[in-house]
Amino acid sequence: MNKYFVKFIRLQPQENPRESALKKAKLLHADDLKRIYKRFAHQFIEPFDDLTDVAIVGMQTRGVYIARRVQGLIKQGTGTEIPLGVLDITFYRDDFRTRSHTPTVQVTDIPFDLSAKHIILVDDVLYTGRTVRAAMEALMSFGRPKSIVFTCLIDRGHRELPVVADYVGMFVPTHTSEEVQVQIEELDGQDAVYVVDRSDEKQEDPA
Amino acid sequence: MSQELRTDYEFNQRHLLGLKDYSADDILYILDQAAYFREVLNRPIPKIPTLRDKTIVNLFYENSTRTRISFELAQKRMGADVVNFSSSSSSAKKGESLKDTIRNIESMKIDMVVVRHESPGVPHFLTRCVDASIINAGDGAHEHPTQALLDMFSMRQKTGKLAGLKVVIIGDILHSRVVRSNIIGLVKTGVEVMVCGPKTMIPPFVEELGVTVSYNLDECLAWCDIAMALRIQLERQDHGLFPSLREYHERFGIKMHHLESYPDFVIMHPGPINRGVEMESEVADSDRAIILDQVINGLAVRMAVLYLLAGGTRG
Repeated sequence: MNKYFVKFIRLQPQENPRESALKKAKLLHADDLKRIYKRFAHQFIEPFDDLTDVAIVGMQTRGVYIARRVQGLIKQGTGTEIPLGVLDITFYRDDFRTRSHTPTVQVTDIPFDLSAKHIILVDDVLYTGRTVRAAMEALMSFGRPKSIVFTCLIDRGHRELPVVADYVGMFVPTHTSEEVQVQIEELDGQDAVYVVDRSDEKQEDPA
Repeated sequence: MSQELRTDYEFNQRHLLGLKDYSADDILYILDQAAYFREVLNRPIPKIPTLRDKTIVNLFYENSTRTRISFELAQKRMGADVVNFSSSSSSAKKGESLKDTIRNIESMKIDMVVVRHESPGVPHFLTRCVDASIINAGDGAHEHPTQALLDMFSMRQKTGKLAGLKVVIIGDILHSRVVRSNIIGLVKTGVEVMVCGPKTMIPPFVEELGVTVSYNLDECLAWCDIAMALRIQLERQDHGLFPSLREYHERFGIKMHHLESYPDFVIMHPGPINRGVEMESEVADSDRAIILDQVINGLAVRMAVLYLLAGGTRG
């Protein structure tokens, strides 16, 4: 299913020579992302007769903005505003002891009763799968959701846990030395996705 | 609660011995982080697995109920393994020295020690004996940093700010470690502090800590945003520092008519309250008092401190 979507997204040619010197490629432009969010909006509501039991949860930091965009599109299309939660998974990381610095905790805000809801969990990049595992554990501490489906904007491969996304924006085969950067207008000034080659630099923690 | 997000802040402390060693930024970072732990406590399942691979010893050489329960609950809420030590039921009774006790405990592979002791400086001494992170839960009349942090957290939660706030601390300034930590932390973060109490209970040269002194309760309450009453330590009042509890209450107890005359200030108390001494019973139960908020906030602040000191591989 993932490969099906790859065919329809045209890779943009390098327009900025400085970017190519930095080994940075723009993978998705704002228009591409808009189309993906629109598709998400349709996919999210398709299985449900009515949306009263559905909620979206965005994962800190960029998953929250993606979730908010799709929530807005669903409201545009159906008139229903499905509740939006914000989840920070820092407490549930499995690398607490091994990281060199204590990670900063961010806001978690689930403003609805989760135990009667179908949850659509949204993150920007799916990589090792460890973040999703932590997110599921975190969600369970709020109750027993009816179901959880997982959505990611970019699936870059290299899974270390048995995790598969239910909805994928784009499947991007990557090398581990590369980094996928999702940029959000509110934080980075534009909506875009980049792949950055970091093979010359020292290896970073996979986020 | 502050909205700004400081994801790039590097918290580099290994121990919490006193607020003296912490910068204003360190203190504010702890308070920011504590807000998110406060949210955890409201969840249907208020438990997180963050410290599941940590072992923590609570080493209490002095009696304590609330601080120890608060620390223990904070540790258990975060999934840590907890061992409790109290001197009354241990080999300390058989004459084992503090250093031997702690080295024996450390050889059982512990990660953190929370210590309370009647002698000032014991936490500092322990950092030289063992590799574990040390948290001071009160050393003599020196410091009680987590109590000060929870007081500051409660002040900020109630008023939305710290810098520029006016706080008066009323009572036994001389014997209180809570006051000392509070003054250090509050002055660092830009709070104006006034102390108030009988002259026998105000230490000389206290102004050098950056506070003003007043002996008139009405004057203080008219000035302040927050009034923090301290417990009169009945067990330590055999030196005749004031004539009687009744007289103390007359001069320095917060009464209902104060709440009417000065309608703005908030009342705090580190507990346990002597009703009818530091304040009238009705005052403690009024909606101006945030004494019970302080207790739950204490849990969140202690979780944040444990979290920040336990993480990472430094040290």
